[in-house]
Amino acid sequence: MTGSDDKSGRRGPLLVLPAAAYLMIFFVLPLIIVLVISFVERGRAGGVRSPLAPTIQYYIRLVDPLYVGIFFKSARIALLVTGVCVLLGYPLAVFIGRSPPRLRSPLLMLVMIPFWTNFLVRTYAMKQLLGAEGGINGLLLWLGLIHSPLSLIFNEFSVVLGLVYGYFPFAVLPMYASIEKFDLTLMEAASDLGANLRRAFLQVMLPLTFPGVLAAIVLVFVPVVGAFITPDIMGGGKVEMIGTLINRQFGVARNWPFGSAMSLALMVMVVAGVLYYLRSSEEKERPI
Amino acid sequence: MSGGNAVELSGVTKIFGEVTALDNISLEIGDGEFFSLLGPSGCGKTTSLRLIAGFEMPTAGEVLIGGRAMGHIPPYQRPVNTVFQNYALFPHMTVHENVAFGLEMQHISRQDIRQQVGEALEMVRLPGMEKRRPKQLSGGQQQRVALARALVNRPKVLLLDEPLGALDLKLRKAMQLELKMLQDKVGITFIYVTHDQEEALTMSDRIAVMDHGLVLQVGTPHEIYERPATRFVADFIGETNLIPGEIVAINREVAEVELARGIRLKAPMVPGATVGRSVTLAVRPERISLAAAPGPEGMNLIEASVFEVVYNGATTSILLRLESGIVLTVRQPNIAFAVEPSDLREQRVRLVWPIEASSLFMEKTPVEQGKA
Repeated sequence: MTGSDDKSGRRGPLLVLPAAAYLMIFFVLPLIIVLVISFVERGRAGGVRSPLAPTIQYYIRLVDPLYVGIFFKSARIALLVTGVCVLLGYPLAVFIGRSPPRLRSPLLMLVMIPFWTNFLVRTYAMKQLLGAEGGINGLLLWLGLIHSPLSLIFNEFSVVLGLVYGYFPFAVLPMYASIEKFDLTLMEAASDLGANLRRAFLQVMLPLTFPGVLAAIVLVFVPVVGAFITPDIMGGGKVEMIGTLINRQFGVARNWPFGSAMSLALMVMVVAGVLYYLRSSEEKERPI
Repeated sequence: MSGGNAVELSGVTKIFGEVTALDNISLEIGDGEFFSLLGPSGCGKTTSLRLIAGFEMPTAGEVLIGGRAMGHIPPYQRPVNTVFQNYALFPHMTVHENVAFGLEMQHISRQDIRQQVGEALEMVRLPGMEKRRPKQLSGGQQQRVALARALVNRPKVLLLDEPLGALDLKLRKAMQLELKMLQDKVGITFIYVTHDQEEALTMSDRIAVMDHGLVLQVGTPHEIYERPATRFVADFIGETNLIPGEIVAINREVAEVELARGIRLKAPMVPGATVGRSVTLAVRPERISLAAAPGPEGMNLIEASVFEVVYNGATTSILLRLESGIVLTVRQPNIAFAVEPSDLREQRVRLVWPIEASSLFMEKTPVEQGKA
């Protein structure tokens, strides 16, 4: 090791300090508070009673089939949303990655533009579009394709649609990063060696761009499984996901400990699931 | 060269947008030939290779492989394999998986694949590397894997796109000979793209010299070097002295060229040469010698003054200036000299070379369409 490496090695921790302080105060501390609350009896009007009488009743309540069902439903919706985002996003990322370099930034910008609008406003706009008197039903009625408005809103379909819309860029960007780095000569080499497009894709391009796909999966799945605004607005209170459930515990249900227990359970499951998934994929596909 | 043509390009034109990469070229490449496409970057040599491989489709004309018109047959159905410029090895696969890739596409049994991959690696002298990843290999080793990966499929034609370009000089020289011997052994037609004229001369049975999408000359290394068809070929292949002048007399097989101030040189006649035409006379540096006395008949003789002597190891280059200001190079092997070259500096000397060592090019040489 050279002298300069030593120096930067000693000074390195200083660089982390501001971020570490921030995370301590605004992430670790609240997390500890949540952890403590989850083990304390609820207060009648919200809040908690004395923290001196710990209880695990809220964790026991989690395994109630009602809540287990909601967990599974959330996971199912999140998987579906992730799948749609990846399947739609990959070809788009390929298209952008293969465009002339000067067009790539503008095209990426187009993917990002919805981000510049407030999330809530976008979701309400979407709701308007899908509603009984919204643009889509209006158009279909006008064209005479349907005779009464379709119920496009306040169901799982509209929730999935809203979530895909909201998280699509998170899928495109990491996949684009991988695809842009991918050397297309390798596809020619595969073709030259007798592989048709499908086999060349499955055996060469997909494995080599898989880190991007993996990142996309994690970046979409994790926030979506705990999402609450979109299911709330697009589901109209009829589509229950973990996020909306937790939100309700801190709102109308005034059951902070149960909400905390649920949050922590969700977090532990997501972290464990993602870690397991990352590790097993890494072992399978390790492009050097 | 035996039998028919392994590959034939017939009137092939390729246009990319507004750029004409290939302008109506025709080539016939014989079975088992080591054929090089040689030219500067942008001359169309790589495009030609990509057309044969099927990565590009011709704008006009036809590509035939083994006598069969390729039309729009995709690369994966053509009986050719390519060694790519940067090898294009699959980084996520081991050496074995890379070499086995083509065989797997042909649904060959696992056992046969193992055996053939082993043989291929043996052939490129890389046994025991099956489990390595490309990144763990040196450039030369990657090169061999790329060769094995292509050859294991026993293609009718092997296409090589500057395969030695990324290697250092010494390794490149060794690989040149090895490739040549390998080609002799497997008997597969090699089409070799390079911008390195020395490489092309060393390895090829025949060479097509290309420039600006045209084939300027096709011939054996000897023909190309000794009888370049155009001034470009003469200049591009090896080193050449180019002396401008005007034809002042034609004497059956010999044209007399006058440089400035009444100095005359002779060169074998070429078709189209007429008295009064501006021409360029070309002569290779190693064909010129320094003479103490005027040479015999049949030799050109000219006076020049030495302004630099450069020692190159095996040879010495002597740079001279003619009275007209034209700079000439003379290269002599470092064996026995009549005069110690370094003593020549600032000296006036006589240069002689055989008339037939001169080539004549019309100014504004009409571009010749090369054909075997």
